[in-house]
Amino acid sequence: MVKNLRERMSPTDIVMWSIGGILAILIVWGTASTIIKGTYSARHWIDFVIFGLAQGSIYALIAMGYTMVYGVLRMINFAHSEVFMSGPYTAYFFAAYFHRSGLLDSHPVISLVLVFLVSMATSVMIAVLLERIAYRPLRGAPRLVPLITAIGASFFLQYVFRGLYGSGFQAYPVISALEGQFTLGPIRVLKFQALVIVAAGLLMVALYQFTQRTRLGKALRSVSEDKEASALMGIDVDRMISMTFMIGGAAAGAAGVLYAIMFKQVHFFMGFIPGIKAFTAAVLGGIGNIPGAMLGGIFLGLVESVGPSLFLDGLGIVAPYQLKDAIAFTMLVLVLIFRPSGILGERLAVKKA
Amino acid sequence: MKRRFALAVALALVVAFALMSTAQAAPPKDPLGVITIKKGQPIHIAYWMVVAGPDASLGEDTKRGVEIAIADKGGKLLGHPIKLTGQDEGCGPEGGQASTTKIASDPTVVAAVGSNCSSAARPGAPILWKAGISTVSPSNTAPYLTDPKRGPEYDGYLRTAHNDKVQGAVAAQFAIKKMGVKTAATIHDGSVYAEQLQAVFAEEFKKLGGTITSQEAVAPTDTDMRPVLTKIATGKPQFIYYPIFIAAAGHITRQVKEVAGLEKVYLMSADGSFSPDFYKAAGETAVGMFHSSPDFSAFAAGYKGFLDKHQKKYGEKPIAPFHAHGYDAAMIIFAAIEKVAVKDGDTIHIGRKALRDALYATKGLQGLTGNLTCDKFGDCADPRIAVYQQTAENIKKLENPQTPFWKPY
Repeated sequence: MVKNLRERMSPTDIVMWSIGGILAILIVWGTASTIIKGTYSARHWIDFVIFGLAQGSIYALIAMGYTMVYGVLRMINFAHSEVFMSGPYTAYFFAAYFHRSGLLDSHPVISLVLVFLVSMATSVMIAVLLERIAYRPLRGAPRLVPLITAIGASFFLQYVFRGLYGSGFQAYPVISALEGQFTLGPIRVLKFQALVIVAAGLLMVALYQFTQRTRLGKALRSVSEDKEASALMGIDVDRMISMTFMIGGAAAGAAGVLYAIMFKQVHFFMGFIPGIKAFTAAVLGGIGNIPGAMLGGIFLGLVESVGPSLFLDGLGIVAPYQLKDAIAFTMLVLVLIFRPSGILGERLAVKKA
Repeated sequence: MKRRFALAVALALVVAFALMSTAQAAPPKDPLGVITIKKGQPIHIAYWMVVAGPDASLGEDTKRGVEIAIADKGGKLLGHPIKLTGQDEGCGPEGGQASTTKIASDPTVVAAVGSNCSSAARPGAPILWKAGISTVSPSNTAPYLTDPKRGPEYDGYLRTAHNDKVQGAVAAQFAIKKMGVKTAATIHDGSVYAEQLQAVFAEEFKKLGGTITSQEAVAPTDTDMRPVLTKIATGKPQFIYYPIFIAAAGHITRQVKEVAGLEKVYLMSADGSFSPDFYKAAGETAVGMFHSSPDFSAFAAGYKGFLDKHQKKYGEKPIAPFHAHGYDAAMIIFAAIEKVAVKDGDTIHIGRKALRDALYATKGLQGLTGNLTCDKFGDCADPRIAVYQQTAENIKKLENPQTPFWKPY
């Protein structure tokens, strides 16, 4: 038994597992001492979870774009964070106009739907153009080439939008219909957080159903399985790839407006951090896997919100929220040590990469 | 033969001229080198300020102060035109290092004005001083920069901005004496400025009998502040002090009222977010909150004229609190240059060490912000810090409030 185990594990594995073990022990220890200390009541924990869910569903929506493109093209579309930024930044001007004209307060639903549509349309357009101009000519090139191109495209788009809309930030108008909160017993949800969670949830379910139930979705999945075979079966591969970018762009555009409703500031660099986080979420959930990206996003949002208080407070670390990102990335390390392909990562019979 | 003779004569003449000119006025010797500015050449002053990105209003504001100071001098000093060039310090250590390295590589730079952010000054000021360039900051307020323990690499550093030892203490006195609170929490963003300012506040607050419930930190790029605010809410503070910059301060201000238990808390920030851009970021949620900032009503009589010139030149009111400090920083540099420059016909020589000593010897200079007297660690300000309250009216107009809400003196 021991011999068998020794044969199966390399020294690297042992080091990795020990790091993982130490981190896990620290986390359990911190959690236990925080709970024993009892600074936080159940109400605080519920608040933490709701804040985390709201943030996480935005990560999840953005992560969809990363994971779908990876599924089809085996590349990380680093310009996706700019696809995310372009939508809400463009829609800001409409939102501001609706606010000035009073439409936002008198018909909040209509104007919000319009803002969403503008944002999603812009993001879809940017995503499709990106694929057509920057990635399609490089189809078949070595894998590093589109990756570098993606980084270049990301900078290009950032500075185009900086040139278009200015280097400062813009403040999204406050939507009075979304101010205030719902209370259900001990659970207290801010209205716009409820909107963010519900809208993101609906979108994700719709997307998932689309890929699983429709003919187009089937074609999409078959392209991600095997491009040549799908082409032989009469599927237009290029069209399917464009479609992937469109769906990813639409999700990012919607996520962008939800982000703007939650945080009220938009600027040309706003995509960078959520983009990195969503990419992490996609890897965490198992890149290439759509439910994985959703799960990864929500998990990351929860860890960021609950983690600093839960893991670090008990260890007596001052100002734990400064270490929010460190915790998020430690979680990524932990998951990747124990499950190298991510939480829902696919075990492939043939290695596609 | 003839040709060799001619050459010898020419050489002799050159030597004679060289000797004559040295005999006329020996250029001053200086351990750090001498800048010689010939006839018609400009006196080169460099600025390193944050002139791009979300905190650009701070840099633009101080830069305008310097430009108005140059205009007030008629663009000339000792008969030489004043040339102003600049670098972006990006409000961070990397930018501080990059901008000062560029300035230090230019031997024509006589003195510098900057930086805006204390975190940029920390690596930047020593780089300039290594090149013998003295720098006067219009808006660094972190106590460390003029601390007796700061080390000799900061010998060329001075500031016309107040030391946060004053600002943090004023905020704590305001919280306890005026608002009558007993408990407070602080948030900083890891920058030298915010970290030290909240530390001074916490110390003074405890000294005056208050309790600090927690001292938290966020990253300047964070957007979701609700979790950290929920953590703060567990300590039930009556007062939150977050002397950070515009973007993060805007998020905190908007989100604080959404967290259970913090609906009635008093909010206070400092001069780093005392700007119309912040009112845009925080919107109506900023109404009622407090800011500490230099007391404009205590500025010297010349301030009104300055405001008129500002309005005329830029078509708006000042956009951040440090324009007058920028003006004063330029003025003490000009005064020091006038004092140490050695005239030699139309050429002037400025010793770098002499210039630094003259700057440090500034005494009783009538500036816009008050009487400037530099101490031996480079603090030149005559700090008058007041507390301002945001009203619905000034938030709507995106303007800084004009009259202080409370003064400690």
